[in-house]
Amino acid sequence: MEMCADPSLLEGADWLACYLTTVKHQQFYFSFITVLILIFVTAPVALAFGFLGAFARRSAFPPFRLFGFAYTSMVRGVPDIVFFLFVPLALDQMLEYARHKVLCPEVTEPVYRGNEFIVCQAAKLPLNSAAQWVHEAYGFALAIVAFAIVFGAFAANTLDGALSAVPRAQLETARAYGMTERQLFRRIHLPQMWVYALPGLSNIWMILVKATPLLFLLGIEDVVYWARELGGTKTRFSDYPHDDWRLWYFLALLIFYLMLTWVSERGFRFLTTRVSRGHATAGGHAALEAGQ
Amino acid sequence: MSCSQTFSDYALRSIGHGLRALPKTDITLCEQFVLIGSGLFWNLYFAILAVIGGFFMATAIAVARTSPNPLLRKPADWFVFVFRGSPLFIQFFFAYESFVLLPRVGIDIPLGFTTLTMETSWLTKAWLGALIVLFLNTSAYSAEIFLGALRSVPRGDIEAAEAYGMSGFSRFRRIVWPTLLRLAWPSYTNEAIFLFHATTLVFFSGFPAWRQEGDALYYASYFAEKTFNPFIPYPIVAFYFVCSTIVIITLFGFVNRRLNRHLAPEHRPRIRYRPQLIR
Repeated sequence: MEMCADPSLLEGADWLACYLTTVKHQQFYFSFITVLILIFVTAPVALAFGFLGAFARRSAFPPFRLFGFAYTSMVRGVPDIVFFLFVPLALDQMLEYARHKVLCPEVTEPVYRGNEFIVCQAAKLPLNSAAQWVHEAYGFALAIVAFAIVFGAFAANTLDGALSAVPRAQLETARAYGMTERQLFRRIHLPQMWVYALPGLSNIWMILVKATPLLFLLGIEDVVYWARELGGTKTRFSDYPHDDWRLWYFLALLIFYLMLTWVSERGFRFLTTRVSRGHATAGGHAALEAGQ
Repeated sequence: MSCSQTFSDYALRSIGHGLRALPKTDITLCEQFVLIGSGLFWNLYFAILAVIGGFFMATAIAVARTSPNPLLRKPADWFVFVFRGSPLFIQFFFAYESFVLLPRVGIDIPLGFTTLTMETSWLTKAWLGALIVLFLNTSAYSAEIFLGALRSVPRGDIEAAEAYGMSGFSRFRRIVWPTLLRLAWPSYTNEAIFLFHATTLVFFSGFPAWRQEGDALYYASYFAEKTFNPFIPYPIVAFYFVCSTIVIITLFGFVNRRLNRHLAPEHRPRIRYRPQLIR
């Protein structure tokens, strides 16, 4: 903007307007979109992981069942933060290790040497020559995988319970009509499951929303990073000197998250009445009365 | 260095005893086990004090939320909304930044035999500042559980108490409260577990670890950074937490049995893990 050319001459509202539109602030605003991207990308992936986990747990094949049980149990006793710290690092090393074995078979020294993890240049992920945005995208992708694994395990617990909660008589009736297992699942089991799964899934969604600031721990430039960066004391050498304003930046984040959870709660209330339609439950009856 | 030597050096490292310098090179499995286990002191400290304090605060808030007086009800509703609606991680940062801005003064608290000088700078230390945040946070989550239980206390029980001439506090203490606890206990167990897990966030948020005295996850991430091998320290933390979680479930199970001792065994509610209440 024209008027922002010399910030030292600005006063009051003009100063604030210029201050809040600096390039760094625009990056700060964009990081809120990063949070929303994380939520909206992770949620379907986690749901897919959840279905896989739930099917594995209900599988007739014992190794699958064991895998499903291990996957759903792992989040029970261990804090999710441990997984957020562990999974991206572990995944990164496993990928680099695999690439190292394939791309540099001539290197015979072990990969773990003393206190270091060394793979050949060609095995680095992303390559040292890659652009900055590739590095950032790779870090973000690892974070999404970590989130999806943890929330997939939560979702698998819920979905498994919901699949078991569908009345047995419904499934037996479908079989009596001569439906194949596939038809039965798609037409009867799955549509009826949602009403039982929704309370649990809405909780997981809330947990996911409130877990997003943990991106900061993974070294991603997210809302927390920018709040600390921008709020910290700026001396007179900066264009916009100010005191320690981190409190106000974190207050803004607090309000942002309160709004996000409030809106989500509203959304899930709407969805619950929606999926309750046509069910022989109190909720379904209420939906019928309300004419929805 | 033998493992028993390591144990005496580092077993109490997280609370300031033993060897000052952390292991830097040639890190052994024993050192990782001992130091990470030593960090567990902090997790237990935060969890135990916050759960005990939060229990009473949550009861008060839940009762306030059922009050017909809006001056009591509204602030309690807002308290629960703010602490349940925002991430604990952000709450830690926000609390730390506001504690830092407090003027540095000492407040004398006469204890009779001696005078305790409370310094506001204590609030910026994890042992007090983070404890307060965890206490308020678990109060809000537990208050929500207790409110649900309070609303499910059978109407007949309360009417029977009234017929016996009980009212006010004696009715609450002898009839409502025991039933409330009985109904809320399985969910409350989950809350205690998640609070315990949430204590790992303390040293990753604004609160600095003074003289490298941190919790279990703090040391685990230290080792992961030093050895570049996440496959050893993180499973060790996981192991410690799984064991502690089993202990918590057992202890809360004893209480659950005592609360339901008047019921036939097949009617007693069982404590089941439900991932409902994470922050």
